[in-house]
Order: sequence, then C-alpha cells, then structure tokens
Amino acid sequence: MSKQPLIAADTRPWRDPAAKPFVRINNVTKKFADVAAVSDVSLEIYQGELFCLLGGSGSGKSTLLRMLAGFETPTAGTIEIDGQDMTAVPPYSRPVNMMFQSYALFPHMNVEQNIAYGLKRENIASTEVGQRVNELLALVKLAEYGKRKPHQLSGGQRQRVALARALAKRPKLLLLDEPLGALDKKLREETQFELVKIQETLGVTFIVVTHDQEEAMSLATRIGVMNQGEIAQIGEPTDIYEFPNSRFVANFIGSANMFEGVVTEDESDHIMIDSPEAGCAIYVDHGVDCAPAQRLWWAIRPEKILLTRDRPDGVANITRGLVDDIGYLGDTSVYQVVLDSGKKVRVTKANTMRGDLEAIKWDERVYLSWAGNAGSVLTA
Amino acid sequence: MSRTPEPSTSVPRPLKLAEQALSRLGVSGRALIIFAPAVWLTIFFLVPLAVVFGISLSTKQFGRPPYSNLLTFGEAGTVQLTLHLSNFVKLFSDSLYVNAYINSIKIAAIATLIALALGYPMAYFIARASDRWRNVLLMLVILPFWTSFLLRVYALTGFMRGNGVINNFLGLFGIEPLIMMQTDFAVYVGIVYTYLPFMILPLYTNLVKLDGTLLEASADLGARPLRTFLAITLPLSVPGIIAGTMLVFIPAIGEFVIPSLLGGPGTLMIGRVLWDEFFSNTNWPRAAAVAIAMLIVVVVPIMLMQRAQSATVER
Amino acid sequence: MRKGPFLPTAAILGFAFLYAPIISLVIFSFNENRLVTVWSGFSVKWYGELLADPQILGAAGLSLQIAFASASLALVLGTLMAIALVRFRRFRGRTMLAGMISAPLVMPDVITGLSLLLLFVAMESLIGWPAGRGTMTIIIAHTTFCMAYVFVVVQSRLVDMDISLEEAAMDLGATPFRVFVDITLPIIAPALISGWLLGFTLSLDDLVISSFVSGPGSSTLPMVIFSKIKLGVSPDVNALASIIIGVVALGVGIATLLQLRGQKNPVGASASEIM
Repeated sequence: MSKQPLIAADTRPWRDPAAKPFVRINNVTKKFADVAAVSDVSLEIYQGELFCLLGGSGSGKSTLLRMLAGFETPTAGTIEIDGQDMTAVPPYSRPVNMMFQSYALFPHMNVEQNIAYGLKRENIASTEVGQRVNELLALVKLAEYGKRKPHQLSGGQRQRVALARALAKRPKLLLLDEPLGALDKKLREETQFELVKIQETLGVTFIVVTHDQEEAMSLATRIGVMNQGEIAQIGEPTDIYEFPNSRFVANFIGSANMFEGVVTEDESDHIMIDSPEAGCAIYVDHGVDCAPAQRLWWAIRPEKILLTRDRPDGVANITRGLVDDIGYLGDTSVYQVVLDSGKKVRVTKANTMRGDLEAIKWDERVYLSWAGNAGSVLTA
Repeated sequence: MSRTPEPSTSVPRPLKLAEQALSRLGVSGRALIIFAPAVWLTIFFLVPLAVVFGISLSTKQFGRPPYSNLLTFGEAGTVQLTLHLSNFVKLFSDSLYVNAYINSIKIAAIATLIALALGYPMAYFIARASDRWRNVLLMLVILPFWTSFLLRVYALTGFMRGNGVINNFLGLFGIEPLIMMQTDFAVYVGIVYTYLPFMILPLYTNLVKLDGTLLEASADLGARPLRTFLAITLPLSVPGIIAGTMLVFIPAIGEFVIPSLLGGPGTLMIGRVLWDEFFSNTNWPRAAAVAIAMLIVVVVPIMLMQRAQSATVER
Repeated sequence: MRKGPFLPTAAILGFAFLYAPIISLVIFSFNENRLVTVWSGFSVKWYGELLADPQILGAAGLSLQIAFASASLALVLGTLMAIALVRFRRFRGRTMLAGMISAPLVMPDVITGLSLLLLFVAMESLIGWPAGRGTMTIIIAHTTFCMAYVFVVVQSRLVDMDISLEEAAMDLGATPFRVFVDITLPIIAPALISGWLLGFTLSLDDLVISSFVSGPGSSTLPMVIFSKIKLGVSPDVNALASIIIGVVALGVGIATLLQLRGQKNPVGASASEIM
C-alpha cells in the first residue's frame, strides 16, 4: 500500500492550539432587511479539512456559504481566507470555487466547455486547458462524456461535472452547497465516499453545507451545527453525537430521550439527578459544572439503553416500564417503552439473531438499564 | 455551438475593450443600464402625457400649431399663464362626449363578457387537451394574434356585409339578408373576434397550471363535475380571468378601428370621437381633453394590470 | 376526468368563429369578380394588380424599414429595462420605472398617438427637433410601445433563469460583463428573438399611432390599407391580406413544429408570456 499524504482527518489541526486556521470567520452577521440570517458567527477552518455546516432550512448555513463565495457581503464582521481579508474582494477574484446545489451547469455549453470555463478566464493556453479538462474528466470518471450537453446526462453525472468544474481552477477552498441533495439514496451513499476520496487525494479544503445529518457524520472531519443563524456546536462527528452541548444538538443529531431533573448530589467524580420522569435517581459517573439543586436535562441515545426481562445486576441505573410498541426495521428494532411515570422512552436493539423466539414482545414488563457514562448532562 | 475550448486571448477585441471600459466605470455600469430606458420612457411616455394635459387647458386657434400658448410674454417682461377649462366643461355639458364615454364603457364591458364566455371554455378545453393537441390548438389561438389586426377587421366586413358570406349562405335557404354591418352588433362581433386571443391566452396559462389532482380530490369527495368546476376550477382561475378581461376591456374602450370600420354613424365610441376631434375638426385641445378624460376611465384597470405585472417581476 | 360534449362543442364553435372570416377572405382573394363576395371563377389577377401598385409597394417597404428599426431599438431598450428591473433589486425610482414600462401595453392607441404627436409638435417649436414628422417620429413612437412588449418577454425569461448560473460563472472568475455575454445572453436568446419578432409584427400592424405621428409622404402600409378599405371594396387588399396571413401562418407553423421537436418556441412562448 502506498503511503497516504498527511490529511487533516488524521492530523486534526484543530486540536493543536498553535495551528494556523486557513479560513477565519470573525463575528460575522448578515441581515436581510431587519432579519438576521447569520448572527455573530465565528469559525475557524483548517487546511485540508472537510468541514460540514449542518442545519435545518433557515438556519443560515447557506447564507454563510454564500458570504464565503462572495455573493453576499457580511453586514458586520470579517472573513479571512489564507490570511487575506476577503470582505472587499468580488466573487470572481476569490481563490474559492463553489459547487451549486442546482449544479448550475451552463445549459448551452457541453461538459468540456463547462469545465474549461473557469480556466479560460485565467488566460491559460488552450493546450493546457484541454489537458486539465481531460484530467478532470478522468478524475470524475466521465472521460467519454466531454461532448455531451448537460441535459443529456443523468443526475449523478451532472453532479460530477459540477464537481469537476468547481475543481478545475485548483481552488484552495471548495464550497459545496448540498452536493448530494439531488441524488437518490443509493447513489448518495456511493458518492459520499467518492467525494471524500477526491478531497483526500487533492488535499483541497472543503466546506459542505447540508441538512442531512447522516451525510455530515460520514463526510466531515468536523461539523458545525447551525441553528437560527448561530453556531450551536462545533466538533468532530463523535463529539457532536456522543457529547452534545445542548438539547437542540441532542435532538437534531440522531434521536435522544430527554429527562428533566434536579441535581441532588454534586461531587467532583459523580452527580445524582432526581428525575421523577425517569422513575429513578440518575447516577452520572463524572463531575458536572453546575449549581447545587440546579434544574437541568439529561439525554440518552436509544441504543445506549439495555432492555431486559430480568433485573440486571451491577448496573448503575435501572428503571421499569411496559413495552408499548415495537417497530421492526430489519437490522434493528425500535421499542417504545412507557415508564411508570407515563414518560415514553425510545430504545433500539440490534437484531443479532434470526427469528429470535426469546425477543421481548408487546405489553411485556421490562427493565431499562444504562451505565453511568451513557448519557449527557445538558444545562442548555 | 460546439466550440472547443479556446484561450481567452482570442476574444474579439471590441468585447475586451468594452469590458475594460465597463469595469473602469465600476458601479456606474449598473446606472448605465437603468439610464437609457428610463430616459427614453420619461421623454416619450411620461412627458407626452404631461403635454397632453397642458394642451387640454389651451384653446383651438388657427395657425401652427393650432392651439393657444399657455404662457404669453408681456411687454415689460411679464409672463401670463392662461388656462382654459372650457374643454373639460364641454366634455360634461355636451351630451356627445358623455354619451360616447358611457357607450364605450358599455360596449367594451359587454364585449369583454362575451369574450370571457366564449374564451373560457376554449381555454379550458386547450388546457385539458393531450400534449400533442394542446400545442396545435395553442398555435391556432396565437396565429391570429400575429396576423394583422386591421386585416382581421377587414375580413369581418367581407363576412358580414349585405352581400357577404353570411347573407349569401342564408340566401341559400331563402332567408332575407340580415343587416349586420354598421350596427352596434358588428362592433361587438369585431371586438370579440379581434381580442379573443387576448382573453384565451392568460386563461390558458392559468388553467394549464391547475393541479389535476385537485379535481380528482374533489370528485373523490363526492362533488359532481359542475360542482367541482364551481368550487375548485373557477375560484383558482380568477387571476387568469382578471388578466384576460383587463387585456380585452382596456384597449376596447379606446378602440378606433373597429367602430370606424364596422360601426354605424350612431356607434359612438370615445376613441373615434377623439380621432374625429383631431383629424376632422383639428381641435387639438379638445382632443387632448378627451384623452385625459379617457385616461381617467382606464387608469384603474391599468393600475390593476400593473399590480399583476409587478407581482411577476418581484417573484 | 370524464369529458362532456360541452367543451369540445364550444371549442369547435370558437375556432370556427376565429377562422371562418380569415379563410373566406383568402378564398375570395382568388375570385375573378370585382365584387369580393360573389364567386365567378378562379384568378390570381388581384395578386398581379397588387404587385403592380407602386403606392402599396412603397408603403410596404416603408413599413418594413420602420418595423425593423423600431424592433431593433426596442430590443435594446426593453432588454436593458428587463435586466434593470429583474437583477437590480433596489434602486431609486424602481417602482416608478416598473409602472412606466408596463403601461404602454394597455394604453389605448389613440392616447399614445395623440400624446406623442403633441410632444413632437411642442418639441419642434421649443428646440426645433424633430423637424416635421415622418419616418423618424414613427420609429420613435413604435419603439416606445414595442419596448414594453420586449420587456415583458425578456423579463419573464430572466425571472425563470436560474440565477446560480450567473453566480457560477462569476465564481469561476468571470467579470459581470463577461457573465452577461457568456451566460445570460445565450440563455435569454430565444426571448430576445421572440421579443424582436413581436416588436416587428406590432410595428408592422400599427395604424392608429402611425396616423398621428406620420407626416406627408410617410404613409405606412396599414394607413394605405385603411384608406382603401374606407373607400369600399378592394380585392387587391384581399390578395395582400392573404399574403400576410400566409407568411405569418408559415412562421408560426414552423415555430410550433420546432417546439413539438422539443425546442423552445419563440413565437408561442412570447405570446403566452405577454399574457
């Protein structure tokens, strides 16, 4: 196996306080009329990263991307790319290229002309343009399709032309607006890996806007979750999923069972939360920065809860409930369990055995148990 | 256009120069784009309306131009402004003008309703036709629209005159010739005939967008076809109805060619009155006053049209 | 949906109404008899007479020149206006301009004609231009109302155009001017063609406005036709009408055929866009 180049996904420059960020967004706000689409966002993105901006519609993620491309000017704040202030630089002079959600392929030009368009704006000799176009066509596996017009291509092929066109000028930074949004599910999964491969081969910094959390989780080196124009959390996919910092993030990424409670014991190595909803005192095996008797929330992912008929031994947290509904998804089954408090809890269980006769059925009384480190304590 | 990639050095020189010139202008390139049409419209659309208003306050006199100046310069550098309201007074006192206005609105309104009654089913039929037929039928509606207006009115005269096609046809059955030409009836036929495409096309554009599943849903919920039409199709096509009626009604009010070729001497329409004031009586100020009054009549429907227009621009 | 007999019947009657007069006119243009509506035998003599009539030929030539000039001028002005109103979201006087551009679409011809004539007369006495009225003043008048039609056609194409195409070109390094030449212009080309054709046709067809603003010796074709019709029966007008109808039918037919073959149809598209 050949030696892999050093990529951001391995070196994780964001963990190094001395590392210099490649893109620096400083307190950027964008208002349309009086409505703030993006408010006071600060973000640092490093060379070679594949950074995902994840959020629902209207979260401001696309506006942020368009400000990076230069199509919108920030109302306040600055954007630096590679140490250069970009605020006054028009889109056609930025070292940045964008892949549009609609692909925006020029309908009156063929594939080659589309890919060559950016190169021709740079006064590059036509032989070199031709060579670069061929390289790019090979990279996106469309060598045979250079003479076709966009409307003669399938959705997946168009997506690849758009990618090739955006990469043609070897931008330092590539912005991708919902790059997989228009593809069907199967094709999307294949393309995800292609995209990562191309990004790692070329070492270009990617910023991807998406509303699809699975896409973000599988693509990104880091994810910035956006909500109502603000960054809710920045982190590696595992951080975001396992250690959400707010109820919004916990609910937005995956699903979570949320319990409201009051801190009854606040030690440096553990806390206890009294939550009548849970039907038991919740033991958390690490210290939490909170006030005594503070009201807070505790969230646990459905797969972190164990469902048993018999009371398990040696587990920190145990409560009881009645199986209300079972959804069979093939690989997993989703159980909806009603606790004695009336609270409904979602639990997933991997179906590791075919035709399991012992599986827990409807209307059974069950024990729910989890470890002391299984959930997240949320104060916001 | 299947050019192979070429270096931008081969861009035609004028293009390059224009590009440099424009980019040197920077933001003002934008102002340039707005400037030319804005100036044109101001000089040749807005100012003329002001001039019409000004001259409507003048009086007829012999000479060139055949109206009195509003401003006269006195001996000692004095300027005198003379405004005559007589033209407007005349508009109200002389029954000719009042009748012409009322008659124009009446004729235009009735003709518009007939055009709507005839055009709606046609538009609906075209909108519901199969793709292949739809294009052919649409072409058949558009074809007269591109043909000369004047010649279509002329074609009607050949059809309706005393020894015309209709009467010849009726004569085969021994029916006495009908007198159709030079009547109000002929004017109605003329307006409906020439403006029908203007009614059908906006209705069609509206109806073709109507979601077929809405009709199916209505039928599924137990509505009979007529009920479905009244409860679903008709309310949803109101924008098309408004556009169509305005496109027929407004120009029909000021119509000159149709009453002049098809109508009789008794067919008073305001466009014709204006024409006669101007060309036959050479009374320019009176004609201007008639125009201002006509403008007031059509200004409300025009505003309605413009609202619809700017709504599409804002889209 | 079930189809009753009402709609087809109404449609057939409607189309018959639209076409019967035109078709009879074309048929009788081949009539030998001077009485336009009494058939007495096939003849093409009226076409011969038409082609020998210097007044008609001269007027036709003048009308074509005026239509060409007005349509071209209107194309430039209307397109600029469409770009300004669609692409520039905010500038002073925008609402006013939007109102002004669409008003000529519905303004009664007599008002447009009278107001422009009065303007020309007032301008002549103030600044000495335009000296008298003729071809120039007709072109100005026709440009003014044709640009409104060009505007509507181009504007609707611009609104439909995916703005991200322009952004993509800019993102790839094209200056705004290059973006316009490379991307916008080719994409709105069908609208430009149909806008020009529409302007050309409307200018060719105008009687009322031309009558107001024309001068001695600048009678357009509709003006000549109108005076002939006013005088009474004139079979050569039938011949002329048949020729015009034939040319238009051919043009619209070809455009529709192109559309059926999947191309964008400038003629049909424009007409429905105006509405």
